[in-house]
Amino acid sequence: MSTQSSRLAARMMVAPSVVLLLIWMIVPLAMTLYYSFRFYRLLSPDRTGWTGFTNYLWFFNSPDFWLALWNTLALVGGVLVITVTLGILIALLIDQPVKGQGLLRILVIAPFFVMPPVAASIWENLFMHPQNGLFAAVARGFGAQPILFLEQYPMLSVIGIVSWEWLPFATLILLTALQSLSSEQLEAAEMDGASAFSRFRYIILPHMTRAITVVILIQTIFLLGIFGEIFTTTQGGPGSASTTLPYMIFKQAIAAKDIGRAAAGGIIAVILANIVAYFLMRGLGRNLEN
Amino acid sequence: MARALSPRRQLITTIAAWSVALLIFFPVLWMILTSFKTEPSAVAMPPEFLSADWTLENYAEVWARSDYPRFFWNSVVISVGSTLLGLVVAVPAAWAMAFVPGRRTKDLLMWMLSTKMMPAVAVMIPLYLLFQRLGLIDTKFGLVIALMLMNLPIIVWMLYTYFKEIPGEILEAARMDGASLWNEIVHVLTPMALPGIASTMLLNIILAWNEAFWTIVLTTTKAAPLSAFIASFSAPQGLFYAKLSAASAMAILPILILGWFSQKQLVRGLTFGAVK
Repeated sequence: MSTQSSRLAARMMVAPSVVLLLIWMIVPLAMTLYYSFRFYRLLSPDRTGWTGFTNYLWFFNSPDFWLALWNTLALVGGVLVITVTLGILIALLIDQPVKGQGLLRILVIAPFFVMPPVAASIWENLFMHPQNGLFAAVARGFGAQPILFLEQYPMLSVIGIVSWEWLPFATLILLTALQSLSSEQLEAAEMDGASAFSRFRYIILPHMTRAITVVILIQTIFLLGIFGEIFTTTQGGPGSASTTLPYMIFKQAIAAKDIGRAAAGGIIAVILANIVAYFLMRGLGRNLEN
Repeated sequence: MARALSPRRQLITTIAAWSVALLIFFPVLWMILTSFKTEPSAVAMPPEFLSADWTLENYAEVWARSDYPRFFWNSVVISVGSTLLGLVVAVPAAWAMAFVPGRRTKDLLMWMLSTKMMPAVAVMIPLYLLFQRLGLIDTKFGLVIALMLMNLPIIVWMLYTYFKEIPGEILEAARMDGASLWNEIVHVLTPMALPGIASTMLLNIILAWNEAFWTIVLTTTKAAPLSAFIASFSAPQGLFYAKLSAASAMAILPILILGWFSQKQLVRGLTFGAVK
């Protein structure tokens, strides 16, 4: 059905999306690249000029940068591990014939509708607050000292909050995949004497590969840029303990008002995202075929 | 793959499943409960699960102190507007990719998705300057454009996976019967694609409603949506928990309710059409 004219028509129909996304991507990227080689501080407006790789070198020589890089990867990796593991367990659980499944699903999906600043502020104030938080109340109830979540374990706390936000997404996708698995296959395996674990390992898990791939792919895209949750709760602190790469860039731009450095950080972040994307596609790409 | 269980096992799984679901939902529930408490009872130790004196005062005060209807309206215009505009751009693209695929179609889709990997903070300053130059700062139109472009890759990808499920033979049959391209799209394609388009629309309205970076960076007052409204209720000093909770509830309840009512379509949308 693809004649010459329909091909041309198809190209014209795809063109607006491609052109818009190209502009949306290339124009800011080109500007960021330009600024990254410039001396550009809002606090010293009369000094301008090219500075070569100075802005980049500042990042590579800063111990905070390596910490931020580690934090960024720890956040992405930690949330992925937690949401995929718990997501599989919860999906297996609510796939069973339980009473009130509809309402159950409504409860599980709820965190997905909570916007990041609200999610972060609920957790920060109502739960993790060392005086008034619910966790502190529970700790005191057991006669223990309240844990200073955001002061002592800032990165783990942020990973916890973000995992709560993304758990519904992972659970629902994995549940959908699970529901399309035929029960005959499982029953046959059961009759042949396969244990619950080997049924999971050899039938259920392979069936969910594609769904797990989608979860990892989509979540990574969103997790690499996580910003609001850190901004609301720890502000990257204490010190730089919970500063991720996006947050470090933000600090350079807003607190230090150093546009050149922030731009260099932006380019580094884009390169990091590309490296992550490359390994993701190499490792998982074939799961998406067919 | 639901299978029959013995009554005892069914009881245990039911209890376990409900416990897990309530645990996940609990933070939202606790926030809603707190929003109806008085300030002293909100921070009472030990915590009061069901307050003795329920009050609507927090809602009244948040309503009186801020221009909630304006924030709400901005959120509606921005999320619905960016989604509809996104559909207008994406439907033809997804249609063409699904029914007249070229050798590069898969690569093109992956490239589109990869544009979303660029961290927003990385390009914050250039985009801010660009928007300033174009006079789009603090305008609803500017945010509609920004969020439309931000979500366009996802819209295209979702629509593509839905359209691909429509068998091409049906379109060919319609064409044999003499249907024009317009008739083909309106009478054959659209009805079949409607559920997919609805799912795409819903998911993107939610993503746009909850977007809390560009909506805060690119607005000041006039066009600020609910994400900016909640950001302005910053760090409460102990005694404002109930009001913070009321404001939070006001920010998320509209989308929570919409999401709950359209759960079926949404779950379909959530899987990005990639999981059956």
